[in-house]
Amino acid sequence: MIYYKEKCRFDNSQNKAGQAKKIDKMGAGSMILLILCGVAFSAGGIILSRILSRSSYNPQKGQTYECGVPTIGKSLVQLNVGYYLFALLFLIFDVELVFLYPWAVVVKQVGWPALIEVLVFLFILFLGFLYAHKKGALKWM
Amino acid sequence: MFSLEKISIGVQTALNNSLPAFWALMAQFAIVGVLVISLFAVLGLVLVFMERKVSAYMQIRLGPNRVGYKGTAQTLADTLKLLVKEGLIPDGADKFLFRLAPYVVMISAMLLMAPIPFSRNFQIWDINIGVLYISAISSMAVIGILMAGWSSNNKYSLLGAMRSGAQIVSYELSAGLSVLSIVILSGSLQLSEIIQSQENGWWLFKGHIPAVIAFVIFIIAVTAETNRAPFDLAEAESELTAGFHTEYSGMRFALFFLAEYANIFIVCAIGATLFLGGWMPFHVGSWSAFNQIMDYIPGSIWFFGKTFLLIFVIMWFRWTFPRLRIDQLLNLEWKYLLPIGLINLLLITVMAILGWHF
Repeated sequence: MIYYKEKCRFDNSQNKAGQAKKIDKMGAGSMILLILCGVAFSAGGIILSRILSRSSYNPQKGQTYECGVPTIGKSLVQLNVGYYLFALLFLIFDVELVFLYPWAVVVKQVGWPALIEVLVFLFILFLGFLYAHKKGALKWM
Repeated sequence: MFSLEKISIGVQTALNNSLPAFWALMAQFAIVGVLVISLFAVLGLVLVFMERKVSAYMQIRLGPNRVGYKGTAQTLADTLKLLVKEGLIPDGADKFLFRLAPYVVMISAMLLMAPIPFSRNFQIWDINIGVLYISAISSMAVIGILMAGWSSNNKYSLLGAMRSGAQIVSYELSAGLSVLSIVILSGSLQLSEIIQSQENGWWLFKGHIPAVIAFVIFIIAVTAETNRAPFDLAEAESELTAGFHTEYSGMRFALFFLAEYANIFIVCAIGATLFLGGWMPFHVGSWSAFNQIMDYIPGSIWFFGKTFLLIFVIMWFRWTFPRLRIDQLLNLEWKYLLPIGLINLLLITVMAILGWHF
């Protein structure tokens, strides 16, 4: 909810610190609220459309859409292995990014040691990246 | 002067004075819920209309101009049309996942609304790990997309969803790196504090060239993350008809469409907040008269102005660049944007430690 800072310029005497704390507590509740909003919005739309729309069934309506031609074979086809390799690479770098978040907050205060440490960290990851590149994981087949 | 902040504080104090604590809280929840839902509806209408008008003028034609005043009611009419259409589910589909997918996409778009600061103190949830929250929630949408593509039992849908998944997860890294550079400069993950740190200048200007590089990478990455042209090969019309939502119709399709536009708004709002100062007015050094005039414009107008500027830039991309191939797209990310982003991050770190930003 609308979070209220004590140091806010418009903070008049009528708003006390206790009130600010109470409003802050609602924070995580707003996530539940937004999930409910999403469900209500989507469900409302779908239910309204079901009430308003007419529906009928014939076998051709239920067919898989493939620009007018009946589909051949299974629809869950095999996919290029490249997607899998990129997903693996993504996993490595995404975890790296998550590790970098707390580092980024304090790097200004810690200074040069932080930079050197993260350089070592990135260098090790970069070696892995080079290995993947050498193995041809970044090449689309 | 009209400002959202005073209204929100006024409503808050009025509720707290007149109702017991619990019911005041519930009333606030209700107000926020209604506001968010109506914001979503209005955003969908406005952005679709804007998209059609912008593309029309870029192609030297008029665009929608019949329904309502100068065509402004066109998207409303389209929504009504979608509302009365039958929602088909193909026979071979996984019915449960097929129905669930629009909800997942919509909820992740809704959740992203929480930390966005519309004006000073006008924010649903000023979470102290705001940037991390955004990057965590924004990667949830890809689950919905993969769900939709897989459950449709359609080759086009599956291919589109896989492409979309590969693209979104790849470009998330670049977006994350450029966001990190602003976190380094401002030293906080909280969006309101990041804005506060831009009081004497936006990070785009204060961070010199590395910040500009980060901004450009951010814009490219979010264009890809929202599946917009030139990175829209997940729903490339000429090869996959409509990508992961080929089999969707009626209101379920409308929800995917709306979530896509809401996501564009959200990423542009985050870009405006991190790089362009959010609701902070534009100030020029020591021109106090100019700065005072700028201060008179309310923060919400600054916020929406910057956001819509970025949205316009992303719409502009669509009519400027041809679509990439999937291997070109992944090459661009893994061989160019990611290494450049990492080096840029180190540059920014050196700059932040030496205090070269001002």
